[in-house]
Amino acid sequence: MIVAQGVTKNYGTSCVVDGVSLTLPAGGITSIIGPNGAGKSTFLSMISRLMSMDMGTVTVAGLDVTKTPSDVLARRLSILRQDNHMTARLTVRDLVSFGRYPYSKGRLTLEDKQQIDDAIGYLNLGELSDRFLDELSGGQRQRAFVAMVLCQDTDYVLLDEPLNNLDMKHAMGMMKLLRRAANELGKTVVLVLHDINFASWYSDYIVAMKNGKLANQGPAAEMIDPKVLSEIYDMEIKVHEIGGQRISLYYE
Amino acid sequence: MQPDPATTVPVPAPSVRRIGKLSRPAFVLLVLGALALISIICFMTLGAKGSWSFVLPFRGRKLLALGLVAYSVAVSTVLFQTVTNNRILTPSIMGFDALYVLIQTAIVFFLGIGALGTLNPQAQFAAEVLVMVAFSGLLFQWLFLGEERSLHLLVLVGIVFGILFRSLSQFMQRLLDPNAFNVLQDSFFASFATVDTSLLVAASVIVGAVTIVGIRLMHTYDVLSLGRSQAINLGVDYKRTVVIILTLVSVLVAVSTALVGPITFFGLLVASLAHSLLGTSRHKYVLPAAVLLGIVCLVGGQTVLERLFAFDTALSIIIEFLGGVVFIFLVLRRAAR
Repeated sequence: MIVAQGVTKNYGTSCVVDGVSLTLPAGGITSIIGPNGAGKSTFLSMISRLMSMDMGTVTVAGLDVTKTPSDVLARRLSILRQDNHMTARLTVRDLVSFGRYPYSKGRLTLEDKQQIDDAIGYLNLGELSDRFLDELSGGQRQRAFVAMVLCQDTDYVLLDEPLNNLDMKHAMGMMKLLRRAANELGKTVVLVLHDINFASWYSDYIVAMKNGKLANQGPAAEMIDPKVLSEIYDMEIKVHEIGGQRISLYYE
Repeated sequence: MQPDPATTVPVPAPSVRRIGKLSRPAFVLLVLGALALISIICFMTLGAKGSWSFVLPFRGRKLLALGLVAYSVAVSTVLFQTVTNNRILTPSIMGFDALYVLIQTAIVFFLGIGALGTLNPQAQFAAEVLVMVAFSGLLFQWLFLGEERSLHLLVLVGIVFGILFRSLSQFMQRLLDPNAFNVLQDSFFASFATVDTSLLVAASVIVGAVTIVGIRLMHTYDVLSLGRSQAINLGVDYKRTVVIILTLVSVLVAVSTALVGPITFFGLLVASLAHSLLGTSRHKYVLPAAVLLGIVCLVGGQTVLERLFAFDTALSIIIEFLGGVVFIFLVLRRAAR
């Protein structure tokens, strides 16, 4: 369970995240949606201690993220951001191996090797495992980073816009994979999403933010509602039920 | 959870192409090690006239000084680039060595040239290193510790700081009396032929201490090269680790600047060469390769110039020229992307 209380972040005089208090359930997939500049990514960065908060507290599985030693948290919580610029030249396997760093500090055990192989297999990266990251397409790189995060084997997995730069097929593949990770491995997955239809289809719980504040939250079925969505995005959004799934239409 | 030593296996390195029975990094290290050894032997023996009991200790001191410089510059550059997550900036380009020059100038300016003569050079050196660490700590920590900043901002800030330090030093030097200026200037002109051997003991001790701290942090370097957010995600105590590493870098820059004077592009040259020769970013290969390259460049280059061409101070110019070419190449390649 992730509990945020009064989380606030200011940049100069502008308040990016303004006193957000919420409880994210353990297990399943939770999506954070909202318009640009709503503070979704900043909020996720604060939950995952990448960014300091000006006020408030966040606990993940009872651990206060600002007080718990970083290496302890690294075994409970992992975060993948969109921008993964790095200078190191690594193969896919090298990158995935870093997922074991919180446990073995660079000296891989046989168990670590098994976990690395499992993570590579889970994302179907077997054939690419010896290729360098700079030789891969954007989608393949994205999968390699997700493999690293899964290899980290944390109960909580946080992803900031994991579908950016992915085509339809890979976006769907990514969401199915996260669904499997939640169902089969019992992970708690929290992600920032822009596409509300992906959020509708794959999440259990949806949190909406707007202007740095918590706008609404609830089970996916309740949140994908014309009135709720129109309020969040300030535009008319129609919701149709197609094959038992709620699909939003907002192109007109 | 500590790994059980019995089940510890070597890190897999399937990425590296194999040459014969050796992996590529191991092969490169072996070749560089051999080249460094040849350079050292040639440096010690070529053109020796007179008694060996004089030649060997005399050249040995110079060799130790050059070795310390190669080691300090190579290690400080590689670690600085790891911490700042870039391959273009080096401590010298960011003005670290200009800061050291400024500190030395300020000492002469405020305490007088007598201060340089009367103080024990080793104690004075240690004090300068301390001041250097404190100042660079204040100046550069805010640059690298906060949220991520753009590389371009860092380059600009570095250049501006470098110019500021150099201008301040020059201003003070203008006001000095000519004798003091003369003594001071001597130590600021990068020269590998006339290394300052009076500081060897202090420099060796300091470099040794830095190495001990550095080795204890060895496992964090590869993780830090993934960038700030990945390093935090993987549980590195980012702030503390980066502060320690930047401190080590400042100390090493102080050592090399004190021994031979400021050299801007040497670190960039050896770090870039090490990365491209090895084809991997793992620090257990990159750090020794950069040090060996530094030794080959300095000791080998000095031998060739002194013994074959009878030039004296040209090595710093050649190294700076090559390093400058590498710098322009890196900047252009980055712009092309």
